[in-house]
Amino acid sequence: MRRPGRFRLPDSGYRAVLAVAAAVLAALAVWFLIAIVVQAKPAFSTLGFSWIFGRVWDPSHGKYGLLPFILGTLEVTAVAVVLAVPIGLGTALALAYLVPRRIRSSLSTTVELLAAVPSVVYGLWGLVVLAPVFRDTVEPFLTSVLGWTGLFDGPSQGVGLLLAGVILFVMILPTMVAISRDVLAVVPNEQVEGAMALGATRWQVLYKVVVPGARTGLLGAFTLATGRALGETVAVALVIGNSPYIAHSIKSPAATIPSLIVNNFGESTGTELAVLFAAGLVLLVIGIAVNSVARWLVWSTAGSSAGATSR
Amino acid sequence: MTDAVTVTPGAENAATVRADEAAGLNPVAAVVMTLADVAVAFDGRTAVRDVTFDVHAGEVTSLIGPSGSGKTTLLRALNRMHDTVRTAAVTGTVRLGDLDVYAPSTDPTLLRSRVGMVFQRPNPFPTMSIYENAVAGLKFNGIRKKALLDEAAESALVAAALWDSVKDRMSAHASTLSGGEQQRLCIARALAVEPEVLLMDEPTSALDPIATKRIEELVVELKDRVTIIIVTHNMQQAMRVSDRCAFLLMGEDKAGELIEYGPTAQLFSEPTDPRTLDYVNGRFG
Ligand SMILES: Nc1ncnc2c1ncn2[C@@H]1O[C@H](COP(=O)(O)OP(=O)(O)OP(=O)(O)O)[C@@H](O)[C@H]1O
Ligand SMILES: [Mg+2]
Repeated sequence: MRRPGRFRLPDSGYRAVLAVAAAVLAALAVWFLIAIVVQAKPAFSTLGFSWIFGRVWDPSHGKYGLLPFILGTLEVTAVAVVLAVPIGLGTALALAYLVPRRIRSSLSTTVELLAAVPSVVYGLWGLVVLAPVFRDTVEPFLTSVLGWTGLFDGPSQGVGLLLAGVILFVMILPTMVAISRDVLAVVPNEQVEGAMALGATRWQVLYKVVVPGARTGLLGAFTLATGRALGETVAVALVIGNSPYIAHSIKSPAATIPSLIVNNFGESTGTELAVLFAAGLVLLVIGIAVNSVARWLVWSTAGSSAGATSR
Repeated sequence: MTDAVTVTPGAENAATVRADEAAGLNPVAAVVMTLADVAVAFDGRTAVRDVTFDVHAGEVTSLIGPSGSGKTTLLRALNRMHDTVRTAAVTGTVRLGDLDVYAPSTDPTLLRSRVGMVFQRPNPFPTMSIYENAVAGLKFNGIRKKALLDEAAESALVAAALWDSVKDRMSAHASTLSGGEQQRLCIARALAVEPEVLLMDEPTSALDPIATKRIEELVVELKDRVTIIIVTHNMQQAMRVSDRCAFLLMGEDKAGELIEYGPTAQLFSEPTDPRTLDYVNGRFG
């Protein structure tokens, strides 16, 4: 037994340790930001800002239009999130409330294992296994069913926005499910019983009480999953087709900002290198913007109910 | 021991009729709920058993007994709240009018709209406004017409003595109300569905004396509207609000059982079972 107090730091000691830790983190963040800005600065000083919304990427002719990559990033993320929100929420609800306890934990473990698979493995699986299936089966089928929307114009090629979005969906699903399951499970049982006692069906209890009760945490899950989707590099680079043109269909090959950076970084020098750093900054801004919108949503819908949840 | 339960079901028994008349109760009041040999076990361990009594329309029936005697467990058996507890098993018969509560064909959600419940801790839905809380049960039951909902919300809030203090802030969150007001909102929420029976599990135990008094007054006022079964730890409260009273006590094996049931006045002044006498005189529990 260790004598109590033997290794105890005085209060001021704790405070100093915490202050140093916080200062180191803040310094790292600032350093990181400054480094990127310094590297990116030549892009802005020689090209200005209009290139960010340029539509043509052709470095050999001095054209650095970033718009195709911004759109590609947003589109791939949108595909992944549109799939992950309902499926992730449904899975989380099932895990928290519907699945029998016996198989609950093994299912949960499976979901968490999915999160541990390295992204390059997802990418290779997408390229080698899923791409042919998408080209020959999934995309032709979707085109025949949803072709009227105009989203599925053009040839079915396998690699492209849709496949990258689906791979990303699989990658962000565990995040979505694991966090959602935890925040759904902590909705107080008294709320659930309160609804049941009024004659609510099981489905109504989940839909009207549990999900609204957990919405702050669910938006957190959404934000984290979206952040991961925006920044994912390797898997996307493997399956998106890396085409620097604005996609005209969800089946088109495209590129994202991370895939642009990882594919070009090795051979780039001078202005192009600076542009890649600047593209990284743009990605950072997009990430912060998505985060802020989600926070604002939480804030505007949760507002005055905060007092009740802390009761 | 368990056979000595002094229960006399039905008002046709001459002694019961005399007792009822002596207590100022209507001896032929319609029976709304019948409990016959009701027992609840968790994981094979009996928590409460041998419960047989009738619940009379327009009366308040109280359940009293020491902690752990199975009052909550019994109450929750009456609207099938144990359905979600995998380990729980309810045996015996519970009837609501002609409906066999535990018949396989009985829809528990429909049953719960006929047998409402108010919980120990006020539990309004924190994400909903006062108005939405008041009409939540009606919406669960498929009522969508705004006019109907508005009318029901007002009527239920008036009945729960909350209307005057909330009518100008119906869209405020329920969490802005005080604890006592939240509990009255929960009562209003239950009343809006127009249940035949309202189950209340120690509805005042989380409230201060003034809020408690108002809920007690409310319980008495609501008798004409709904039959009430109330669990309470507080014997004064049982005397103040209830017409009939059921006393539960743990047996040797820690399982709760019904010791005595009768008009409240009689149960407190001249109980037939010595254990009831001990309990109401504060000698144990
Ligand atoms: N979900 C459950 N699982 C297992 N045992 C339970 C469960 N609910 C209640 N019990 C047991 O049933 C017995 C009766 O509990 P109950 O809550 O009905 O007592 P009570 O009379 O309401 O007590 P109190 O006055 O303290 O509220 C206790 O021994 C309790 O441990
Ligand atoms: Mg209890």
